[in-house]
Amino acid sequence: MFPPLPNPDVSAQKPPLFGEQDLVRRSASRVPAPARQLTPVAKLIDVSKCIGCKACQAACLEWNDLREKVGVNRGVLDNPDDLTPDSLTVMRFTEWINPSTDTLEWLIRKDGCMHCAEPGCLEACPAPGAIVQYSNGIVDFIHENCIGCGYCIKGCPFNIPRISRVDNTAYKCTLCSDRIAVGQGPACQKACPTQAIVFGTKDEMKAWADLRIKDLKSRGFDKAGLYDPPGVSGTHVMYVLHHADQPHIYAGLPDNPRISPLVRAWKGAGKYAGLGLIALSVVAGVIHHLVQGPNRVTRHDEEEAERLAGDKP
Amino acid sequence: MTDRTHDDIPEAHVRVPRYSGSARVNHWIVAISFILLGLSGLALFHPSLFGLTVLFGGGQNARWLHPWLGIVLVVAFFGLFVRFVSQNLPERTDITWLARLRYALSAGGEDYLPEVGKYNAGQKFVFWSQTLLILVLLGSGLCLWQQGQDYLERTLGIHVSIETMRWAAVIHATAAVLTIIVFVIHVYSAIWVRGTIDAMTSGTVTGGWGWRHHRRWLRRKVREGDVDVEHSKGASGS
Repeated sequence: MFPPLPNPDVSAQKPPLFGEQDLVRRSASRVPAPARQLTPVAKLIDVSKCIGCKACQAACLEWNDLREKVGVNRGVLDNPDDLTPDSLTVMRFTEWINPSTDTLEWLIRKDGCMHCAEPGCLEACPAPGAIVQYSNGIVDFIHENCIGCGYCIKGCPFNIPRISRVDNTAYKCTLCSDRIAVGQGPACQKACPTQAIVFGTKDEMKAWADLRIKDLKSRGFDKAGLYDPPGVSGTHVMYVLHHADQPHIYAGLPDNPRISPLVRAWKGAGKYAGLGLIALSVVAGVIHHLVQGPNRVTRHDEEEAERLAGDKP
Repeated sequence: MTDRTHDDIPEAHVRVPRYSGSARVNHWIVAISFILLGLSGLALFHPSLFGLTVLFGGGQNARWLHPWLGIVLVVAFFGLFVRFVSQNLPERTDITWLARLRYALSAGGEDYLPEVGKYNAGQKFVFWSQTLLILVLLGSGLCLWQQGQDYLERTLGIHVSIETMRWAAVIHATAAVLTIIVFVIHVYSAIWVRGTIDAMTSGTVTGGWGWRHHRRWLRRKVREGDVDVEHSKGASGS
């Protein structure tokens, strides 16, 4: 068992462990390099240990004070059937027939924000300060700066953010940044009865994952492995998968997630090229006017027009 | 600095109606919505321009206004399209005009150009490129309209995938840059060719303007008797 985090010391109010001074990225703006580097944190979700109880979903709603609407059953256990602005995490159930053994495997993956080291949402966001990244790896949405454009949805390689129809801002898992700031683990982790979700420093989580993977391999899952995709420079929510060679079987977990080249083109060099072309067209007009001078109608033109008009009764 | 003598702005005794009142109102609705779309769009186009959102009362307002302004523009532009399309059909002389573009771009070069009707090939280029670009902006814009997605899916059954949205974002931004450049060309031409803006403010141009820039159109207007000739100073303005 991974040693659980102790309960908080409630005897005295302490300042948060991190804050605005620890930002390494801020959407559509720059931040000064932080004075210190926080220890990167991570949440490890061991898919092989998950029993699908949805305690994590309940804990998430509870801690974040969110209430999901009564939905519709679509014949599967997923409830709700997708992430919503209120359900920041959702268990995705997949019935998968393993072709090598011809047995049914029930794959359960807790979906939610992966807290990418290279966040596509942040890259795409046009609103200064609406998405921030702390040096401990947490990617957070700052709702007062969010304008609800939905660009984060286009930027995210995992299809995570959802726009609320109530306040028109984007929502996703915060990794319980407010809990971590006071030395606690995320609510989902706290509620998990099987330690399928554990939380600690990223190094601890990788080491813990190694033990789990060794265990799984000894049980015949020789393709077991850690999902910490390099395409987004790693994530601060990682999975232990028993079939790490094919992440897509887990309800479409991307095999090789990365920020789409379309998003890169749209938010990168394309912007400067576009603004440059617009500026160039204005400059061309100014130069043309300086060289040519105004194109004025002459007295001769008016006289010709008068003659023409006068010809006709 | 040139002195604005009578030689600069010759007296005009002939005025030719160019745009009706409703066409002008229509044009200015398109113009104003275009400018507001440009400002709100550029605000989201690059972080350095995000400050433009203050003109709309903040980012949230700019974000929701932009698509609705787009709808206003599309409807109003459709009006302009219907009004002007018949005068913007390509003709043989357009090729000659374009081949002699360097004369068209120099003051006094008109003598080397074929006589043009209501619109020259450059104006037709503006008309057709804006028509095309607005259609592209409409299609890609609908895909990007986050708050409109539910509506699209519920009423039209159109589900826009995230990959489609990404394409739409690239296409929308590209078309927006192009449409702004065409807008710059349009505005600059109206400024450079003196006397043009009158057509969209008072609705008329001088006979000399018609003679110099749209001689075939002027001949037609004269034939139709659709010109105002001021015979004597005393009789005018009544």
